[in-house]
Amino acid sequence: MSTAIDLVEVPLRQLNQVLHDAESGGFDVLNPRGAHAVACGITTDVTVEVAGSVGYYCAGMHQVGTVVVNGNSGPGLAENIMSGTVRTTGNASMSAAATGCGGLVVIEGDAGARCGISMKGVDIVVGGSIGHMGAFMAQAGNLVVLGDAGADLGDSIYEAVLYARGEVESLGTDCVEKEMRPEHLAAVEHLLEAADMAASPSDFRRYGSARQMYSFHVDDIDAELAEGPGGTR
Amino acid sequence: MTSDTWHQRESYSFDRNTIAEIRRAANTGIYRIRGWGAKRVLPTLDDLVFLGASMSRYPLEGYREACGTDVIIGEGRAERPVHLDIPVTIAGMSFGSLSAQAKEALGRGASSVGTSTTTGDGGMTEEERGHSTKLVYQYLPSRYGMNPDDLRRADAIEVVVGQGAKPGGGGMLLGQKITERVAEMRTLPEGIDQRSACRHPDWTGPDDLAIKIVELREIVDWRVPVYVKLGAARPYYDTALAVKAGADAVVVDGMQGGTAATQDVFIEHVGIPTLAAIPEAVRALRELGVHRDVKLIAAGGIRSGADVAKALALGADVVSIGTAALIAIGDNDPAYDDEYRALGSAAGFWEDYQDGTDPAGITTQDPELSSRLDPVIGGRRLANYLQVLTLEAQTLARACGKSHVLNLEPEDLAALTVEAAAMAGVPLAGTGWTPGTSG
Ligand SMILES: Cc1cc2nc3c(=O)[nH]c(=O)nc-3n(C[C@H](O)[C@H](O)[C@H](O)COP(=O)(O)O)c2cc1C
Repeated sequence: MSTAIDLVEVPLRQLNQVLHDAESGGFDVLNPRGAHAVACGITTDVTVEVAGSVGYYCAGMHQVGTVVVNGNSGPGLAENIMSGTVRTTGNASMSAAATGCGGLVVIEGDAGARCGISMKGVDIVVGGSIGHMGAFMAQAGNLVVLGDAGADLGDSIYEAVLYARGEVESLGTDCVEKEMRPEHLAAVEHLLEAADMAASPSDFRRYGSARQMYSFHVDDIDAELAEGPGGTR
Repeated sequence: MTSDTWHQRESYSFDRNTIAEIRRAANTGIYRIRGWGAKRVLPTLDDLVFLGASMSRYPLEGYREACGTDVIIGEGRAERPVHLDIPVTIAGMSFGSLSAQAKEALGRGASSVGTSTTTGDGGMTEEERGHSTKLVYQYLPSRYGMNPDDLRRADAIEVVVGQGAKPGGGGMLLGQKITERVAEMRTLPEGIDQRSACRHPDWTGPDDLAIKIVELREIVDWRVPVYVKLGAARPYYDTALAVKAGADAVVVDGMQGGTAATQDVFIEHVGIPTLAAIPEAVRALRELGVHRDVKLIAAGGIRSGADVAKALALGADVVSIGTAALIAIGDNDPAYDDEYRALGSAAGFWEDYQDGTDPAGITTQDPELSSRLDPVIGGRRLANYLQVLTLEAQTLARACGKSHVLNLEPEDLAALTVEAAAMAGVPLAGTGWTPGTSG
């Protein structure tokens, strides 16, 4: 049995306090009407079902349990998620799962710009396509896109791994296509299963860092002359 | 060879420092990256003087009468406001840029005189949480080490939009300092030259920031105050927008502000001086009717109790120090002069915080070097220094007849230069002339 909380009757503060105080259980959030910061900061094993679309930062910094948005999600869905699962059945706006450190974020529809920006370990599965600058400066974790990716995918990427089934408009600086080895096929299969999505792992291509931007390039002509053959200094 | 240089003139445009920099650039092909803050001559708080009490003003007894120094941040706004016993706090400096011993020393020193320290671009360490009774948790564009559990155990949250040393720039930590522990905290490969993001990943502009602040408050159940830190670029507008976004305190960091590592061109050429920034931020707060309610924390080049008192007289509620705190715990110690010289510098000139080779063990991750800093002794030195800043500010406040340092006001000041008079909005000393306001 889950507890219904209607955001027409109850202020956001009270909703989040109830969720923060709960130790477990299910909650149905009714009439979200695009409210911001719905179900953010959850620390216990609760299941939250949101009946409708939400605004910014839904399930922000999520730590445990599951949040499902039955609708679209605004910017910063599950930003900085630590673990647990967050799903939106519709589309997600910009910066979905930004800086996420762990857990799973599933977007059944499309995601906007900067999906997975600065991600630090989260797994993201997008059923549709993602916008431009996906996985910008992405540090760790996996991004699986069943559709297409917009311009500059993986710009300035570190160690995150990106998989796209559709077309990639362009790769960002220092992001390159890499071979799909057996372990990558297995990883995609596992992620699709976790996200409850059907696709064939062999249809995906993998992208990651060329690691050319990890260090500054510093010349030292003086040292070269001092050391070189016949160098006098 | 002895040479008589009296008949030679060093070029003002191409002085030795300029020549050395051109040669360095030609050798390496990379811009100069360094720590510290702006080193060139700038208008500063030194260009202001206190008028003191006289026939028409009544001083307080310097050694006897009470002169309060406490400040409360977030009162009536957060469930647990931050109570500071003195109006000087320790600015955000990351573990990574600083050694764990240095962070501990800062925590010990600040805590023993009842003020706060601040985390930095790299997350919260057990050492700093453990040794700081009041710890401000920075929320930066990089979100390195950002963790909701740490957010909940912070005494305040500081959303960093910019820093005085580099408004518009992100952090930087060179490979020498990205040790295993630092890399793990930031989820980065060990040894890379880390260049942090300069923009927040999930909000752009003041309307988004307002929503972001609500989210942060919701996550901590509205318990602690939220500050917004700005590099002094357009302090009038930026302060107004930070207030509109819901900040409980606005930190304005002038261009003198220190850094652990930034391009020299950024440090010396971006932003406006602290002296110019404070009055603009105060103007915004006054116009919005929130001066002294939303607190103004001024930073950038604060060195003495005189600087503290002048910043407060211009309308700040608190000041924040970085470089001076590092010096207090041992940075640029003449005892290490030989070692500084071996590194191509000298005590008093050392600015290579980016290098990780700090002989004083402060801006390094090297275990041997950092073990040179005794955090207990460092903490005592910092506590003494903070005590002196406070006593000096009180001395000046009493001389102006004020029973609390926050009662200092622009009316207590005069300017020594036309520039300072114009920036501070106080009369040029010996005249009734305040540029821009009176005839
Ligand atoms: C070593 C060092 C590290 C710093 N790290 C940070 C940081 O992580 N985040 C930040 O907002 N500011 C950082 N700063 C800037 C300080 O918070 C502060 O704004 C500045 O030091 C104030 O100027 P002052 O050094 O002249 O007192 C750093 C400064 C120094 C010297």
